[in-house]
Amino acid sequence: MTDIASHAPIGHSRFGVMNYLVCLKGILIREGLRYLNQRERFISSLVRPLLWLFIFAAGFRQVLGVSIIPPYQTYVLYEVYITPGLCGMILLFSGMQSSLSMVYDREMGNMRTLLVSPFPRWFLLVSKLLAGVAVSIIQVYAFLFIAWFWGVKAPPSGYLLTLPALFLSGMMLGALGMLLSSLIKQLENFAGIMNFVIFPMYFASSALYPLWRVQEASPLLYKICLLNPFTYAVELVRFAFYGQIEWTSLAVVCGFTIVFIAGAIIAYDPSRGLVIKKQEGGNN
Amino acid sequence: MGTNAGLRNINDKSMQEANLPALDLASVSYAYGKRQALENVTFSIAPGRFAVLLGLNGAGKTTLFSLISHLFATRHGRIHVFGHDIDRRPGDALRRLGIVFQARTLDLDLSVHQNLSYHASLHGIRSREANRRIHDLMQSIDMSDRLHEKARSLSGGQIRRVEIVRALLHEPSLLLLDEATVGLDIKSRATILADIRKLVEEKGISVLWATHLIDEVSHADQVIVLNQGKLVANGPVHEVVKNAGAVTINEAFSRLTGIYALNAGNRL
Repeated sequence: MTDIASHAPIGHSRFGVMNYLVCLKGILIREGLRYLNQRERFISSLVRPLLWLFIFAAGFRQVLGVSIIPPYQTYVLYEVYITPGLCGMILLFSGMQSSLSMVYDREMGNMRTLLVSPFPRWFLLVSKLLAGVAVSIIQVYAFLFIAWFWGVKAPPSGYLLTLPALFLSGMMLGALGMLLSSLIKQLENFAGIMNFVIFPMYFASSALYPLWRVQEASPLLYKICLLNPFTYAVELVRFAFYGQIEWTSLAVVCGFTIVFIAGAIIAYDPSRGLVIKKQEGGNN
Repeated sequence: MGTNAGLRNINDKSMQEANLPALDLASVSYAYGKRQALENVTFSIAPGRFAVLLGLNGAGKTTLFSLISHLFATRHGRIHVFGHDIDRRPGDALRRLGIVFQARTLDLDLSVHQNLSYHASLHGIRSREANRRIHDLMQSIDMSDRLHEKARSLSGGQIRRVEIVRALLHEPSLLLLDEATVGLDIKSRATILADIRKLVEEKGISVLWATHLIDEVSHADQVIVLNQGKLVANGPVHEVVKNAGAVTINEAFSRLTGIYALNAGNRL
């Protein structure tokens, strides 16, 4: 290190909009690079919904009849019905995967480099959230591309119109993952998230069967489905495919996104946060 | 006219900052539940000073670093970095801090360049300027040929040096190093320590160097000794030695932390 000292302290001016954009870009690139370095993550994120589409949906096509319900104007194949739910599944798993990576980063120490940045913590967390959502939307479109070849097609404009719905749903589920990551002390505890969050959220929703069918089978389960924010994320995506906005779903998704983001910001705030409380005991 | 006034304003602020302590802790306490990790710790470091924070494992060094770097909130007491309260104005304080954590924090799956670029972006440094600084700094540690290799392929000492480069990328005024030489061989330790001392000498960067290795202390250093969360000594080496009734800093540290009594007991 012969000339490392040539870098003297300089004046420190306040950050402008460009600096914020540079920071956001850096976080997006880092998340993208991590994703590219984990090819198995990309493959598994596609295999899961494709298995549901190719095997589960093919098998259930004969068993489950889907009547004409909005936004559909004619009878649709079961594969067509569950496609928005499978898009939601990708977003859900991806959001939880991000929370897993945050717990991993925290355990490995990488999280500290993010948290000691001079940018406001809310901005850092929202940037990380945006980066995770961008990655999950790419996964959704890769899935839709393969599904198209399988004969599951939405109106061409639907692929574009669903983007804002995917973004909003991704934000909600990513923020939930971020909030959960603050509650998990160790990586090993992540299995609990699978059992207590991902599976219940996915199955107790309109992803696999229309809510009227759920109501027929169990009024209690129907009420649970109505309380599940994932139901609204799926419906938002479903209607967007056909160029429609399901206003209740939009309001619920926006509301929960705000609540989950606010919760995550509070949880990662050093003065009020849960993260530090979880770490207590291990430091000297 | 306006520009001149603006420049004068910035210069005035820089002048004011130069007169403030690089780091100032006032009555800082911290507890993990019922276990008190730090108790009423007060000290300050003048700009351009190399301060060694000495303490045995569990003395509270890492907790102190977590408070200074705003990973933990200061519940009792106040911490100022060049006059900026870390809890009230964390952005202003963190901008002036370069931090090397005890645990390795490079992303091993990314290249050295990707790690450094990421850090630069976290400080809002645009890519062209970031690349210039990365190349200059990596060249200065004779590691520019490793820039595009995965961090995983580096040795422990090289990872540490890259982490120091990373901490310097945003040109901080105060460098915090938490047990930066732990687990390194003698040569790597000596190189890193010499590099940091040179930085203080030539460019006036202030350093807080936490360690439990007494041989890393030099005569001209400010020594701060923590023992079981309490500040038991603070001052120039000769003063700390004298106040402890010792002859060497090694002996003073032993007396202040109770090792001396332990050793004496063993001899009996």
